[in-house]
Amino acid sequence: MNSPRSTAPSILHAVTVLGHDRPGIIAEATGRLAGLGLNLEDSTMTLLRGHFAMMLLCAGDAPAADIETALAPLADDGTLTVTVREVPQEPAAAAAGTSWVLTVHGGDRPGIVSAVVGQVAEAGGNITDLTTRLAGDLYLLVAEIDLPAGADVDAVGAAIRAAATDLGVGATLRPAEADEL
Amino acid sequence: MSHPSDQQGQQGGQQPGTGGVHERVLAWSETELGVEGRVLEVVRAPAAVLSAVGERVDPTSPETVQLAADLVATMRVSPGCVGLAAPQVGVGAQVFCVDVSEHPKTRDHHGTFVLCNAEVVASSRNEKAREGCMSVPDLTGDVKRASRIVVRGQLPGTGEEVELHANAFEARCLQHEIDHCQGLLFVDRVAGAHAIFARQTYL
Repeated sequence: MNSPRSTAPSILHAVTVLGHDRPGIIAEATGRLAGLGLNLEDSTMTLLRGHFAMMLLCAGDAPAADIETALAPLADDGTLTVTVREVPQEPAAAAAGTSWVLTVHGGDRPGIVSAVVGQVAEAGGNITDLTTRLAGDLYLLVAEIDLPAGADVDAVGAAIRAAATDLGVGATLRPAEADEL
Repeated sequence: MSHPSDQQGQQGGQQPGTGGVHERVLAWSETELGVEGRVLEVVRAPAAVLSAVGERVDPTSPETVQLAADLVATMRVSPGCVGLAAPQVGVGAQVFCVDVSEHPKTRDHHGTFVLCNAEVVASSRNEKAREGCMSVPDLTGDVKRASRIVVRGQLPGTGEEVELHANAFEARCLQHEIDHCQGLLFVDRVAGAHAIFARQTYL
């Protein structure tokens, strides 16, 4: 992507940056990683109730200690926490089943996420993306789910809706549409 | 290119969105209702009424006529509001109003109108766009909806059945309001886990 690949398989490091948001965090972090010749692979960043939250995987030959040292100035003012750790290469999972989008929303109360995703796990479903938001009294969960081939989707949907109803919230499960062009 | 959802409801060779503007609906205005609309409070999720399927209504009944007038009056005083459904004012009924005439994303439109017991009878040309909702004020989300639809419903007051072709932003707005009447919010249709956003600007 942004650096030439060496012939030897490079080492992957997971970097997390969490804390008080301000302009320039990403620019500074990625600039320091680029300075070490690291290649950014997958990353995600969002604001969680106003807190800056970023996770990324970078590949390269720099050892974790050097990455930590390079990123340390980010945390100098004490409002950001930075972690670095080596992670193994994971083979890309071949999804043999079907993909679904689950929406759950209703009045906020403890246990909504655990009760609903418990039903997903029960069915052997794998959550591949998850966002939850608390907006005023409204609690919202949107998850992308891979169900195994042969799963009884109607039964999974019914179990999820039953768990949601018990908590006084609503759930909808629908196919994740991907238009092949 | 062919999407299964594009074929939905298109039996009989009807081409949604190519039928031109429905003159009767375009000519309709809330003054026909003959009653003064009241501004009602807009309810917010997680109010139960927003997640319940609305009752079908008698479009000629005095209650429906008053509700239609109230919906238009409430829409008018709400900045940026291009549509409002009965569940959003706490009434579990299949009635909504729309007016997209001032919106920049509008192509063709029918001005201000109210429909009762409306349903989408044909749809095609899905497009994704970011939606917000007065009943979910803090969030927006990317939703894929048809950009050409045929909607059937009844006008309040006379109870006339109309079938109109809508496109672009009016089509999106109609689907959003019809969803409200069926107990669905845009968050029930967001494209995925990374398609929900905290609202950046409030109108």
